[in-house]
Formats: sequence, structure tokens, C-alpha cells
Amino acid sequence: MWRLLPREVESLWTLFTAPIVWALHFLACYVGAAIFCEKPGFLGTDFQNLRVAIAVLTILSLAMIVVSAILAWRQWGFGTGDPPHDDPTRRDRLLFQGYATLLLSGLSFVAVVFTALPVLFVTECLR
Amino acid sequence: MNDASTPERDKAAEEAQLRAVWDNPGGWRYWTSVNNTQIGLWYGATAFAFMLFAGLLALLVRAQLAVPENDLISPELYNQAFTLHGTVMMFLFAVPIFEAVAIFLLPPMLGARELPFPRLGAFGFWSFLIGGVFVCGSIFFGAAPNSGWFMYPPLATSEQAGIGADIWLLGLSFIEVASLAAAVELIVGIMKCRAPGMRINLMPLFAWYLLIVAGMILFAFPPLIAGDLLFEMQRMFDWPFFDPERGGDPLLWQHLFWIFGHPEVYIIFLPAIALLAMIIPTFAGRPIVGYSWIVLAAVGTGFLSFGLWVHHMFATGLPQISLAFFSAASAAVAIPTAVQIFVFIATMLAGRMIFSIPMLFATGGIAIFVMGGLTGVMVALVPFDWQAHDSYFIVAHLHYVLIGGMLFPVFAGLYYYYPLIDGKYMSESVGRLAFWLMFTGFNITFFPMHLAGLRGMPRRVYTYPADIGWDWLNLTSTMGAVVLGIGMFAVVVDVTLHRPDRPPRRKQNPWNAGTLEWLNEPEENWGVRSIPHIESRYPLWDQKNLAEEVRAGDWYLADAKEGRRETLVTSVLDAEPEQVLRVSGTAYVTIVSAALLGTVFVALTFKWWLISLVSGVAFVAAVIWWLWTGSGDIPEKENKDIGRGVSLPLYVSGVKSTGWWAMFITMTGDSTAFVSLVFGYFFYWTIHEDFTGGVSGPGAFWPMTALALFAAAWAATLAAREANRRAGIGVARVLLVLGAAFSVGGCAAALAGPWTSGMDPTAHVYPAIVWTLVIWAAVHGAVGVLMQLYCLARSLAGRLTARHDMDLHNVALYWHFMLVTALITFAVVGLFPRAL
Repeated sequence: MWRLLPREVESLWTLFTAPIVWALHFLACYVGAAIFCEKPGFLGTDFQNLRVAIAVLTILSLAMIVVSAILAWRQWGFGTGDPPHDDPTRRDRLLFQGYATLLLSGLSFVAVVFTALPVLFVTECLR
Repeated sequence: MNDASTPERDKAAEEAQLRAVWDNPGGWRYWTSVNNTQIGLWYGATAFAFMLFAGLLALLVRAQLAVPENDLISPELYNQAFTLHGTVMMFLFAVPIFEAVAIFLLPPMLGARELPFPRLGAFGFWSFLIGGVFVCGSIFFGAAPNSGWFMYPPLATSEQAGIGADIWLLGLSFIEVASLAAAVELIVGIMKCRAPGMRINLMPLFAWYLLIVAGMILFAFPPLIAGDLLFEMQRMFDWPFFDPERGGDPLLWQHLFWIFGHPEVYIIFLPAIALLAMIIPTFAGRPIVGYSWIVLAAVGTGFLSFGLWVHHMFATGLPQISLAFFSAASAAVAIPTAVQIFVFIATMLAGRMIFSIPMLFATGGIAIFVMGGLTGVMVALVPFDWQAHDSYFIVAHLHYVLIGGMLFPVFAGLYYYYPLIDGKYMSESVGRLAFWLMFTGFNITFFPMHLAGLRGMPRRVYTYPADIGWDWLNLTSTMGAVVLGIGMFAVVVDVTLHRPDRPPRRKQNPWNAGTLEWLNEPEENWGVRSIPHIESRYPLWDQKNLAEEVRAGDWYLADAKEGRRETLVTSVLDAEPEQVLRVSGTAYVTIVSAALLGTVFVALTFKWWLISLVSGVAFVAAVIWWLWTGSGDIPEKENKDIGRGVSLPLYVSGVKSTGWWAMFITMTGDSTAFVSLVFGYFFYWTIHEDFTGGVSGPGAFWPMTALALFAAAWAATLAAREANRRAGIGVARVLLVLGAAFSVGGCAAALAGPWTSGMDPTAHVYPAIVWTLVIWAAVHGAVGVLMQLYCLARSLAGRLTARHDMDLHNVALYWHFMLVTALITFAVVGLFPRAL
């Protein structure tokens, strides 16, 4: 098994990986589009380029969320143990973290897709 | 498990010690208490009183709207009444009540004696009280804010706004400081002060929610503080941040306000849901179904709520693509919100429900909230929102969300937790009557508002003509409001007047709940008699004899031999015991500090510059005194035996100390405010062809000099920390002096940039925002100097040694943030205009 991160990440922060990816993706889309529409020419003039840029960004973000989900799935023991993970052991604490991270990755995945959907339909800086 | 209760222990003496140590002073000195139980109660009672006041204002508004062409109150009073109603409900009730509940409940729920910074909690309460009375009192002088609770410029920057706008801006900034203080207290409390063994997978859901909410406060409130700062600079000194004629833009206020305002809705909603997450399992008689899903929902909502702010601005003419992003996020947030509702329903279905009064309020609240959530999805859609914007439909939507999602759960919590307050129940019959009056009254009031809104009635309108189909809807709403008011009044009567004949609590855990707060003894001030080891999410259900063992003092920290207030600090993830934390006790300094800071804000409102300056200096002195006498004490011994053969250090510094975390969290909030100002800079750059308006900038020389000097000050501080530990105290002292000198130089160089280029902040928004950023950096540099000199003084006084270097660690951490602030500020003001 390849390892991006140490096998057991002893940190609370990994829980927030996927939502942070969502936040950065959201911010990049919003700021990118705002600058594109407010300052014509600064980021180019072809709206098509903006759409492609957001598409690329979206794919990258989704890929990062998938990686986070795989790591979480591994931390969750690939689903071998069932919730509620409420034993007073380090193992159950890790399983709980893995499971919660996996759920959050799912939510973030959907939220990133939601954010990206408008560029399928909007084709200009209409006000 | 009872091996610790060896015969030689004198438990009566231990109890006497604990009682003496945690005792409150009598007489008027009672008000100097900092204990979480008292502060929580005062905080809650004050917030409740403000709520009743704002409720009366709402009745006034409803009375005015009862019939067409009414002139019961003047238009000016009407404007002040609805503005103050919204402001007080949001800032003085909805947010503070959760801080109150958290301060009251968290320590017993986590098995802690106290939160880590009791004086900070007390300071927050006194600030809240002073600021709240100031804001509310203004209406009796006809000087209340009158431009709506979100204070949009240009209306609120105009002359018509009067002094009310200043009262709003300064009074609420003061209260926001109190909220940030509470956030620091709660985050450190939840992460570091849980009972041993309470791993994060066993933490009560209330604590999970509060952790997320406190984190949200750090990112939501500072943008508003930054906005308040810009707004007040415009009102006081005519810096044109929101004046389009000089390059400003009123929309920036809307952005900053709603970056705060939308997460605020969830900051209000999540703690209320957290109460339900404690109440529902108790009355279902089983653990919550889907603990991890609740954590998912809390964290998910916490994040997504920051992607919604523009949905309050759909009608402002932003590009449709921008609106669509926010519409999408607004739809996405429905997912985690719904997850929570389904978890509650599943728990109720899986258990055997007991329909007590708390459950009535809980389920009634959920029903109302779901309705508000559904209209929320409607207004998340841009085309519908354009129709409903600023109409009574929005008024109906927001009241369904807030009253269902917050007020009803808070009442559920009041009925549920009342036995913890004075050991008695509230009246069942009054509660049932109150619930039905409130529930029906609420729906009669607010449901017709949807229709009035769809028929075109704008919000905040003073009156309306008789023949356009709004009259009977409004009359119905007013009648409903009276019923709702009677229902709330019944609860107030029950709480205040009914005391003697209330049935006493029969046992310590009256609802047979599973969580730790029910070990609390309202008769004692010590929190828990001894701090247990936790092995379950519902320890009172699963750990046999736990209550008896805790009460018998069989667990940790069962004494207070040294006569100090102590609680345990444990590790973040697995709650392994790390330290015995000595917390501070009863103090005047909190009241004095809050009063002085309050004076600063009040004096600024009336432009009494001298008073403001003097109290500002006095406030800084009071805070230094507070820190000097109340923090970083060197203990008389290294370790303390806490029972059962466990011995823990009394002093830790660096990452393990609660002070380090408090600094980290405070500075995170501070950085958010800073980033909001930087956002303002780039906002002006975005909307203008040439954002400098032809004004020459501060150049690169002075900004780069300032950056270099601040970097040197940072390096000196860091070197001082290392030197203090290794090379010797003398070197450290020299480095601290050097650091302070560098940073004074940095402050001067920072201001020299715009000063030497003759930038006039009233001429155009560009010099104004540059000055703001530079002053921000300089003020932070000055605070950094104070900290360096404080450490120097501590070192000279022998209170900071190679081993006991907590202060120096915390100051070094501050300087990390300062370095980043300087880097961004001076790169932005010095280099960015040249890069274009």
C-alpha cells in the first residue's frame, strides 16, 4: 500500500481537509469570476477560458477530496468495523476519526460539484 | 477500582478545603465571582432580559402595523424600534445566550471544575452587560439606531442616522470583543479540559457543536469588526470607504456585514441544535443514532455557512455567475442541516419517547425550523429571491428559522436544565400551556407574513393603505404576536415568581440522563467532587457506580490542599492527563477592565477624545495588572499528586499550555479581521479602472524598511526565547530590548510611508485604505513592544526563568502572527501598486 501520509495521522486537523478544499475551490471560483467580470481584460476576455479554468480547478479539487477520502477510508479500516465507534480505546477513536472524515469528504465532494455547476449554464458576465 | 480510598484520607476535611477554595464571597463582593456557574447564570439571565425587552419592541412594531394608516407611534420611533428589535435579538440575545449556556454547562459536561480562563469569561460578561445596556438604553433618549439591523450605508452613514449609528457600531464592537473572548475560552476548554479518558469519539455532542461554533466565531465576527472600523472611520473622520464620489463603495459594507451575518445564523442555530442533541437521547432513553453523522453535519454546516453570504445580496447587481456560486452553496447547506433533523427523528423512532415539556419545545421547534428551512431553499434560488427580496416573505422566513431553530430549543433547554440551576423543576402545567400558546401564537403571527410578502408588502414599512389586501393579514399577525407574548410571559412568571411552591428535585439525575453534567450538585460551587475517568459517551448509563464514586471523592483531584482552584488539562485527542491547571479566582480586575474598555467605546460615541484616551491607557494598564497578578505563576512545587497514583506537572509552557492555545486562537481571529481589511483593499482595486484615483502611493522604501525592522524584531524575540532556555537570561534580556527597539522603528517606518508621500485619507478611498492597513500593522507592532517589555519585566522580577518561560513562548507566537501581518501589509501597500 502506498503512503501519502503516515499510517495513522494523530491529528484533529485531517478531519477538516476536504471542507478546506471546498472552501479554497469556492473562493477561487468566486474571486476568479469576480475579477474576470469586474476588470475586463485583466484575466483575459474570453469567458470560455474562465469556464475551462474553473473546470480544471474543480477536477483538481475533486481529486484532492478523493485522496482525502481514500486516506480516511484506510483510517476507518476499509469499513471493517461498524459504527458507533464508542469504545474507550485509541483504536475506536481512530476509526471514528476515519469515518467522520470519510463522511465529510463525501459532503465536500457534492458541495464542490454544486459550486462548479453554474459554469455549465452561465456563458457570460450577465448582470 | 476503589483502591484510592485509603483509610487515612479525611474526606470531610477534603470537602471543607474544596468548599473553601471554590467559595464565593458574600455581600456585594458576590459580584466579583468568576466561577463558571455564576457567570453562566448572570450571562443567561441578562441575555434573557434583553430578549424580553426586544420582544416588547416587536409588540410595539406589531401594534403599529395592526391596522392600515396607523399612527400609534411616530415613524422615527418605529424605525428605532424595529432596528433595535433586530439588533438586540441577534447581538444581545441569540449569540450571548449560547455563550451563557456553554459557560454554565461545559465544565460539568466535560468533567472539569472550571473553564481554563475564568476571569476572561467574567470580563466577557461584564463587557456584554455594559455594552448591552448602552445600546438598549439609547431608545429612551430617542437616540437608538434607526437604519435597520444591518446598517446599510449610505443611509447609515448619512446625517439622518444620527448618533444611533455610532451607538450601534461602537456598542456592538464592544460586545463582539466579548464574543471573541468567549470563543477563546470555549475552544481551549473543549480541547484541553476534558475529563481523563474522554477521547474525541466520546465527547458529548454539545461539546462538538460548541467547538465548531466557537471556531466559526473566530472567522465570522472579525470581518464585522473590520467593517465597523471602516464605518466608524467614515462617520468620525470622513474617510470615504463607502462614499462612491471619492472612490468608496457601499457594497463593501454589505460584503463584510454578511460574511459575518450569514455564518452568524448558524452560530445561533448550531448551539440550539446541540441542546436538542443532549435532550433527545435522554427522553428517547437511548444513545443518539449516528453520532459521527452529527459531527459531519456540524463541521459541514460550519464550513458551508461561509459560502452563503452573497445570497443576502442577490439584488445588488453582481454578475450572475457570482450569484450562481452562492445559490449553489445555499442549496448544498441544506444537506448537512437535513442530516441533523433525520438523526433526531431516527433517535426518536428507535427509542421509547417520553413527551416531557423539553421534548414538546424540541419537536415544536424542529417542525417550525423545517418550514423555515424550506422557504430558505426557495429564497436561495436567485429568480425567486428577486421577487421576495426585502419583502415580508423574508421576515417570515427568518423568524421561522430563528424561532424554530433557536428560541424553541433554548426554551427546551431551559426546562431540561432548570434542575441544575436551583435543584427544582419548573411547572409542568405552566410549561404545557406556555408551549401551546407560543406554538400557535408563533404560527398565527408569522405564517400570514409569507402571504403579505408575496402580496408585495416591503419589510420595515411604517404603514400601508387599506385597500391593497394587506390589512387582515397584518391584523392576524398582530393578534398572533399577542398570543406568543402571553406564552413567553407565562414562562417568565414561572421562572421568577413561582419559586417557593415548585416541586423539589427528587434525585440528582431527574431525567435519568446519561451525560456527565447531571453529576453536578447545584448546592456546591466546586463543579465535581472528584474528576472521573470516562469510558463511554453516556457515562452515567454505562459506568456503574460512577456517580457514587465521584461524589465520594474516589477519583482524581479530590482535594485542594494548597488552597488553589485547580482543574485537569488533558491531551486533545485521547484526553490523557497532562497538567494540573491552577485557574484564577474571584477578582475586581475583570469588572474594572470591562468598565474601562466600555468607557473607551462610550466616550468615542460622543467624541470625548480625552476621556477615551485616558480610559484606553487605563484599560491597558488594568490588563497588564491582570496578567501580571493572575497568570504564569511559578508553582511552589513541580508536580501534584492527583490521586490513584497519578502525578502531574503544575506548570507547562509552549504548545502544551492553555495560554499558548489562547494566544493562537485570539490571533487567528485577529488575522481574520486583518484579512478582511486586505479584502477591502483588493475590493477597491477590482471595482475601479485605476483604484489609486491618481493619488501617489506610499512608495516602496518605507514599507520595505518597516518590513525589515519587524522581521528583525521577530527574529530577536525568537532568539530571546531560545537564549532564555539555553544561553542564559542576560542574553535573552538584551535580545528583548533589541526586539522592542526594532519594532518601535518598524512602527515609525510603517507610518512614514503614507505620511511622507502626503497621502490625505479624506481625499480618496485609496489613501484611506492604505492608512488603515498601515495603522493596523503599527498598532500590532506597538502591542508587540508591550509584550516584549512585559517579558523583560517578568524576567527582571524573577517570574520568568529558563524553566518557567510560558510568557516568552506566547509572545514569540504573537510575533509569528505579527511577522505575517507585516509581510502582507507592506507587500500590499508597497509592492502591489508597482507590480501593476
